[in-house]
Amino acid sequence: MSLGSNLDLLTVTFYGTAIALILIGLYAALVKRSLIKILIGLSIVDSGINLLLVSIGYLKGGTAPIFSPAVIDKNPAMVDPVPQALVLTAIVIGFAVTAVALALVIRLYRHHKTVNIDEIKNLKW
Amino acid sequence: MKKVIVLILLAVVAYYLVDVFSQIKFGENRFQGENVRDFYLDKSKNDLHVSNSVTSIVVNFRGFDTLGEVTVLFLAATALGSVLYRRKAHGEAVLFNASTIVRSGAHLLFAPILLLGAYVFIHGHLSPGGGFQGGTIIATGFLLMLLAYHDYKVSHGVLTWVESLAGLTFASLGLTGLILGKTFLENFLPIGTINDLFSGGIIPIIYIAVGFKVGAELTGVLYTMLNEKEYKKS
Repeated sequence: MSLGSNLDLLTVTFYGTAIALILIGLYAALVKRSLIKILIGLSIVDSGINLLLVSIGYLKGGTAPIFSPAVIDKNPAMVDPVPQALVLTAIVIGFAVTAVALALVIRLYRHHKTVNIDEIKNLKW
Repeated sequence: MKKVIVLILLAVVAYYLVDVFSQIKFGENRFQGENVRDFYLDKSKNDLHVSNSVTSIVVNFRGFDTLGEVTVLFLAATALGSVLYRRKAHGEAVLFNASTIVRSGAHLLFAPILLLGAYVFIHGHLSPGGGFQGGTIIATGFLLMLLAYHDYKVSHGVLTWVESLAGLTFASLGLTGLILGKTFLENFLPIGTINDLFSGGIIPIIYIAVGFKVGAELTGVLYTMLNEKEYKKS
């Protein structure tokens, strides 16, 4: 495996995508006026951070951290399982936060009949 | 004007993120000597006989954290119910009936989706997957049915029972370890041979309980959200 030559490309691809996702999400959360779009932005930030964490745990040439019958005797190099477990937790918590936030948006829509934060007076910044 | 401020802020954030992460080489072996990754992999293979080491971290080494995680999920489902609760539950449904093709297809796919979800969480200690993933697959099956049939009913009573029993199983397995003179959530069952279905002691049992719990909670969340009715201004 001659990954050494295009290692920089891989770094740029993974870290670059993750950081770009974080920035896109933050932009959407700060600029957009619809509550649904703000929530979509926050979800995109979530995905970007998860991708960043998983790519930190990657090991060049490493296999998935599973001792399946095919690899258990060969003792291969494995990627770091700790970030993967952390990201599993983070995804679930992200889901819970998104669900509660959407419920609050529904509640706001019931009260104000709009999801535009310009029209909901006490949500302006 | 606001966009310009936001773009300047984002540029600062981007600069520091790129600065930090350009110093962490992608795919490089950063561990030398004794380290946490090799410790977990070695323990998972030799002491717990669990072949998926992500599962052994989530359920065993960080099992207490996972108990907190399912509590957060439970709280989210409860909060959703209480925020969206309305005393008078009549109004115009937002959903409409799907076409015959979608309805027949949903009916056909429902059982295989549940089976796939059960497979994923039962084999969580052997292959990629586990309780959270399997539970999510089961909830997608219910989502399909809810979208195809606008009057599809899921019993909240049954969901609550499944959820409570699964949570109780998790907590009581943890407490049994404590009662037997070990630590909370420590394994007390025979660990079997690696790569067998019955291996890993209490880990598969806990992950099956988590699968049921996550499936029930996600179904409850989807059901509550999709049951939102359109009310006319009056």
